[in-house]
Amino acid sequence: MAETKTMKTAAYICSGCGIGDKLDTKQLAKVAQREGKMALVREHAFLCSEEGVQQIRQDIAGEDVTHVMIGACSRRTKTEAFHFPEAAVARANLREGVLWIVADGDAHDEVRQEMADDYVRMGCAELKKLKLPVGNPARAESRRILVVGGGVSGLTAALEAAEAGYDVVLVERGAHLGGWAARLWRRTPSREPYAEPQETGLAELIARVNAHAQISVRLGSTVTETSGAPGRFQVRIARESGPAVEETVGAIVQASGFATYDLARLPEFGGGSHPHVVDQAGLEALALAAQGGPIKRADGQPVRSVVFIQCAGQRDTSGKHLPYCSGHCCSTSIKQAMYFKNADADVDALILYTDLRVPGMGEDFYRSAQHKGVTFTKGQASAVEASGSGARVRFRDFILDQDAAVDADLVVLATGQVANAGVDLDTWTQTVTEAESGSEPAKARRDELQKISVLNLNYRQGPDLPQLKHGFADSHFICFPYETRRTGIYAAGPTRRPMDIAQSVEDATGAALKAIQAVENAARGAAAHPRSGDLSYPIVRLEGCTQCKRCTVECPFGAIDEDERRFPVFNESRCRRCGTCMGACPVRVISFENYSVDSVGAQIKAVDMPDEFSEKPRILLLACENDAYPALDMAGLQRRSHSAFVRVIPVRCLGSVNTIWITDALNGGWDGVMMLGCKKGDDYQCHFVKGSEMAYYRMSKVGDTLTQLGLETERVVSHEVAITDVERLPRLIDDYVAQIVAIGMSPMKSFA
Amino acid sequence: MSSGTATPARPYQADFLREVEREVEGGEWVRMCMQCGVCAGSCPFGPHWEHSPQKIFMMIRAGQREQVLTSESMWMCTSCYNCVVRCPRELPITTIMHGLASYSQRLGLAPKMQPTRDFSLAFYDNFKRTGRVNEMKITLWVYFKDGFVAGLKKAWAMRHVGFGLLKAGRLNPLEILGGHRCKDSKGIEAMLAKVQQIEQRGKAGR
Repeated sequence: MAETKTMKTAAYICSGCGIGDKLDTKQLAKVAQREGKMALVREHAFLCSEEGVQQIRQDIAGEDVTHVMIGACSRRTKTEAFHFPEAAVARANLREGVLWIVADGDAHDEVRQEMADDYVRMGCAELKKLKLPVGNPARAESRRILVVGGGVSGLTAALEAAEAGYDVVLVERGAHLGGWAARLWRRTPSREPYAEPQETGLAELIARVNAHAQISVRLGSTVTETSGAPGRFQVRIARESGPAVEETVGAIVQASGFATYDLARLPEFGGGSHPHVVDQAGLEALALAAQGGPIKRADGQPVRSVVFIQCAGQRDTSGKHLPYCSGHCCSTSIKQAMYFKNADADVDALILYTDLRVPGMGEDFYRSAQHKGVTFTKGQASAVEASGSGARVRFRDFILDQDAAVDADLVVLATGQVANAGVDLDTWTQTVTEAESGSEPAKARRDELQKISVLNLNYRQGPDLPQLKHGFADSHFICFPYETRRTGIYAAGPTRRPMDIAQSVEDATGAALKAIQAVENAARGAAAHPRSGDLSYPIVRLEGCTQCKRCTVECPFGAIDEDERRFPVFNESRCRRCGTCMGACPVRVISFENYSVDSVGAQIKAVDMPDEFSEKPRILLLACENDAYPALDMAGLQRRSHSAFVRVIPVRCLGSVNTIWITDALNGGWDGVMMLGCKKGDDYQCHFVKGSEMAYYRMSKVGDTLTQLGLETERVVSHEVAITDVERLPRLIDDYVAQIVAIGMSPMKSFA
Repeated sequence: MSSGTATPARPYQADFLREVEREVEGGEWVRMCMQCGVCAGSCPFGPHWEHSPQKIFMMIRAGQREQVLTSESMWMCTSCYNCVVRCPRELPITTIMHGLASYSQRLGLAPKMQPTRDFSLAFYDNFKRTGRVNEMKITLWVYFKDGFVAGLKKAWAMRHVGFGLLKAGRLNPLEILGGHRCKDSKGIEAMLAKVQQIEQRGKAGR
């Protein structure tokens, strides 16, 4: 965007909240004027008051101020008062960051003032590098929502989105709507008193979807190509009958469901070989045939005794079967045992379990089954053998601690849910790499993978949602369960994690709301979660790009594709504004209007660096604004003081840290750099999934640079910090300062 | 109807569970046990039982008729009600334990030489004659149940208590000759006869 006004800067120093008692605000104002080169400098005793805010507004309107530096409290507080959409704003954290965090007492007056002076210098330096974000110019206005999958999750998502006023396209692979629920005789109860199997309610749900004017249902259809970004996804839908159609949609809910674990993989339990061993889906078929009457086996014999084996091929530690618990199967077996008991109370129904897990109101359901006389035995099955006209289940009884056996006319195996989440992206990347180097078998494998893909995204990072664990399309299970790593595409139901109908309904409703949020943000040119509403967007100077592909590979959200000349193509509305690309770029051509290599670099260079004989080291803290920075603020709030030798710069994500900042800092005479980011790895807490991991990876390579500079490797450290580390963080900082003091001042100071 | 001969109980089928539900006081609660083991952990006699209540309930479900009914465990219950208070499924465990003991006694399967059982029988026998407990006789029974010498030793050890009771007029040595009866011994006899009759009818007939 062309700047219509010339930059005019103004600094405001607040002396409220005790800042004026402990700090010389006159001097701060002087620093802003002389060193910060602010065109206008004002002091105020209570800046966030109506009068103080009014002063700033007047200066913006009357004095043509375009850039505002506020030296007051943390940028995380008073955000409403200090909200000036027409000006670029920088904040110097004098209250939480200086006043509250530096130890009390006259002995600390000098370092306290130095710290405040530096924060004002840094605020002014940053301010001059900022531009007012105007929003992504590539706005996309489609507010339609595509739902892939016509089971309970998909139907619910479609209905919820439509009821909220959004047009929905519902794509179902099969000839009917309903998914697995259509194959159930009854469902586990969703209402008081949670005592009886309940009608699925599916017919009514389908009728509502079919009758809704804003939902168009496409049966016998699959998605063969998806391109674009939130607000402008182009989706090609192939149909069994008729030519393929193109749809433009704003967001996608993927409710592609699950498959049951293959019974034939359980030969030890007679799976696939014994005629009277079925899985839970098989039992539902028998129950549907019985229509509430006595359940008969495949050979027509009425079942007089039935044994349910829980966790069959699940929660397996040997690596042979599914390692996880599917969550629904205990309740499902209880429900199915009731089918027998309700038709004839004299039928023996035994449930063999190791741990009975009945989430939700399942405990009442369990109790109801006990009332009905379903027998529960804690033990683990080892084998199912043919016996007479039925089967014999051998098991270990864990209560009586003995090997035992029980005969039954029918054995039901509670097998687990396997996600229909499409292609595993690691396998995809490997196969594509091999195929591109000319391997014919790899090409064939790639085509096979393409067939099982659900969305067929033409993204650089692969055709489906990334899978987190065990093949499920989950994304951020700790902080944001409804998020995924493909902006505008939301997984719902058992494709995301194993779940039952009640959970699927809740999950699909959440996904529909996320999809609505995504289309609305895309239409405004704003970021989606977690920087929802942020108007900045990545800007790339392509003329400087070396086509190294680091940004396209490292983007945690697959927002960046490549064009035919291998230049990055930024799909801004897929971008979450974490800045990982900016941190990755070796030639530093990627920036945001309000956050750039320069805006942080200028702060690093702005501090007043004491000489090497001053005994005042300077340590740079690059703190993730999501967890580490709030934790520091809270430490201040609780007056948990730490050393005044550190200077903190908040970063959007540790992934946005460009190594040039580290090099600049060390060359500039900083004695140490401490990076504070979120937990990485399998149970990561990074708000941008891979950002902190990327940062750690990059920093692992910094050691060589340090050695080349003749510096100790301890001068750059990284730590994982959670938002709750309020007590730990000040100690961590003090320990590091002590370590740096022990190592000695940086020899680079004399060159700086 | 109940009998001493074992009806065939198929392993892990509900045959014996159904028998317990039919015949045993509180037996209909056994199916509600969720095998958490809180009763076993709460019992002050826990380490001294062969089978905890949790195991007894599981054995019933596993069809271990013989082992349950000949078990000494139910006889060990002191009715402290700790398990009943703590059971998350609110099973009347004490009642079930006594019900099982009583049922095994009726079937003649109760363990012989079991002190609690012997004392219960002696106690019943004692008060049945006169309609009231004869303290002299029941004390002597307890003292001499393990033999004459053991009884003398016990009596010698307790002599100060005994003389004290005598002096205070709380223990009448003449009671040994038969003892006095309660006011309406006919009434008590009729009551006990009725109890016996009801018990004979079994649980279902009540």
